[in-house]
Amino acid sequence: MKKHTIVALLQDRPGVLSRVIGLIRRRGYNIESLAVGHSETPGVSRITIVVESEDVEQVVKQLYRLIEVLKVSDVTDDPTVEREMTMLKLHAPPAVRHEIISMCSVFGARIVDVGSNTMIIEMTGTPAKVENFIEVVRPYGIKEMMRTGRIAMVRGARGHNASEYVEPTTNGAAVPALN
Amino acid sequence: MTKPLTGAQIMCEALIREGVEVMFGIPGGAIMPFYYAMWDYRDRLRHVLCRHEQGAGHAAEGYARATGKIGVCIGTSGPGATNLVTPIADAMMDSTPLLAITGQVGSHVLGKDAFQETDITGITMPITKHNYLVKNVDELAYVFKEAIYIATTGRPGPVLIDITKDAMQKTTVPNWDIKLNLPGYKPTYQGNRRQIREAIKLLINAKKPLILAGHGIIMAGAHRELQEFAERLRIPVITTLHGIGAIPENHPLCIGMPGMHGWVHVNRAIQECDVLFNIGGRFDDRVTGKASTFAPHARIIHVDIDPSEIGKNVRVDVPIVGDARLVLQALLEDLPPPSELAELHTHASDWMEHIREMQDKHQGKQQYKNRAAMANMALPPHDVYEALSRTLNARGNYRVVTDVGQHQMWAAQLIDWNHGPRTHITSGGAGTMGFAVPAALGVAIACPNETVWAIVGDGGFQMTNQEMATIVQEGLKNIKVAVINNGYLGMVRQWQELFENKRYSGTPLSGPNFAKLAEAYGWKGLTVERSEDVQDAIDEAYATDGPVLIDFRVEREVNVFPMVPQNKSIGEMILSETQA
Repeated sequence: MKKHTIVALLQDRPGVLSRVIGLIRRRGYNIESLAVGHSETPGVSRITIVVESEDVEQVVKQLYRLIEVLKVSDVTDDPTVEREMTMLKLHAPPAVRHEIISMCSVFGARIVDVGSNTMIIEMTGTPAKVENFIEVVRPYGIKEMMRTGRIAMVRGARGHNASEYVEPTTNGAAVPALN
Repeated sequence: MTKPLTGAQIMCEALIREGVEVMFGIPGGAIMPFYYAMWDYRDRLRHVLCRHEQGAGHAAEGYARATGKIGVCIGTSGPGATNLVTPIADAMMDSTPLLAITGQVGSHVLGKDAFQETDITGITMPITKHNYLVKNVDELAYVFKEAIYIATTGRPGPVLIDITKDAMQKTTVPNWDIKLNLPGYKPTYQGNRRQIREAIKLLINAKKPLILAGHGIIMAGAHRELQEFAERLRIPVITTLHGIGAIPENHPLCIGMPGMHGWVHVNRAIQECDVLFNIGGRFDDRVTGKASTFAPHARIIHVDIDPSEIGKNVRVDVPIVGDARLVLQALLEDLPPPSELAELHTHASDWMEHIREMQDKHQGKQQYKNRAAMANMALPPHDVYEALSRTLNARGNYRVVTDVGQHQMWAAQLIDWNHGPRTHITSGGAGTMGFAVPAALGVAIACPNETVWAIVGDGGFQMTNQEMATIVQEGLKNIKVAVINNGYLGMVRQWQELFENKRYSGTPLSGPNFAKLAEAYGWKGLTVERSEDVQDAIDEAYATDGPVLIDFRVEREVNVFPMVPQNKSIGEMILSETQA
């Protein structure tokens, strides 16, 4: 099955993430990666989901049925910039630290903590590059690893600007932020 | 208005503002503040106390399906709310505008396994169009407005509002003037004009066109436009189970129901047609059979208000997203003058003649005539339907609610549905046994001057028959129940007979004496065991000023034919037992 990257803008209301995930779960698709956070527009969240699915068009259409979903796109075949971040806690006794440090500089990774026998390394890049880096440092001994979900943004003018979906309230009455 | 109101009072005011007149429910701890407030509004908001929340939900569905207005049901937290799950799922599948109001434990104990606490918003997320958990009294006025708007617009559906007890008890000055803020919800009503012209081009160049009329026609109130459009182009019309009533079955262009228990000539026409125009149907698998073999020669035009339905089950050549009525109006406006349709009309009459020939060959054998196999039966179910059909059409002014199973398919097949939209109400997509009796209760309240028949099997009847008490308590006299009693879960038994070598596992079913049960509830109860007594019993039901139940003890092992086995092409129909 092909991996698809879906980008969606959501109204920031309680439960909205659960609705989106539930809809994908219902069809038995596995979510490989998920990242969610604020967009540039207050009240609008943006998510990137990577999902293995045969019929992503139907998933996209059904996501639109959710009341709080503003925009959904399958950007798999679009020109995008994709990034992912990882933090790794490596087994790093003094003897190998120099090697690790030089490896980090090749990959543009940063050392964010050094303990007596460990180092925490932060690395950001395309998912492939992150994968690559992990394989390179794996022989030193990965004690812990954490990867954020992938985030994706379409290149150029076309994209997912959220402001067009938010209408300014005209009659002065504030719309209650539900909870 | 500057007067502070309790949350519960705001709920009542909000419902009245949205035109709600009737609610079906059962009180309990967490919803008590709403019932406390309701008492002051009882002259404007009628509350019907049901015997089970499932009954309340189906009654609200029946009310909604009969009127097109929103149906409202109420349950308390925990089991009260979970008992509403089945009707909510049913409303989701059949696009019924339903508002479910549930009480929730106090916000301070939310998530702490308090008494009668259940995460009903979590449970109903996949089976509602939308749902809300309200913990703040200030949100109530807005949430009710938004919820009812969502439930009744676009493709209608169920919406649930779960309200914590304290939010109902606290007071605030409600703001009724807040504009709806739904940037992600903008249903498309007008069809794309270019696609509409494309559809017309396909239809007027077709030699064997068909219209498939679905539930969308009924919900959009598009039956007149449908009939006019079909007449202008002289295209034969098929009605799905939920499309029954979209065009009268005695109309010369109406050819009947397709699908698993549709007529042979209808399914064959689908397999032969060159253009299939589906308006307001969703190509359910009970209609299409094996989807990859469905209408193999047809270009398909699909009108649906829900974009996610288009291309979901079958490939579509001309998709049109919009309201069935508005799209048909646009189609009518863009039709060429009759002078340019002469060629089409010639093809149309050849095509119709061909379909009617197939119909003459097959349908009668399945209907009332030539039923040699039933000659020795004391009471074949078909005789009940023949009498019902005759009586309903002679008397008019009726609504029929059916349950799920063999009796439901026979009702769809054997009753001549000539009396317009919303006269045939059933549980289609979800196939919810137990729907008929409580739904009939809701229909009877919505249509007090009509006779409401619930046709129900002995299996489904025993799931929700306690609502007979509600019907008596509400003083409803316009309900007549016909139990098609064969002592089996008949449709499952039919599958077991045809495909599982008569292994009747879990299907033989006993019951009480239904007529006596009805009498115990204060109804009139009748029992019919012979064909010659059917009409007298129906006449007696009409002559009785009150609810009547007729227990039709029909021949036990009769099958619904024709039939398309599951996952088979609709071109491969079984016509009798010997073919299975």
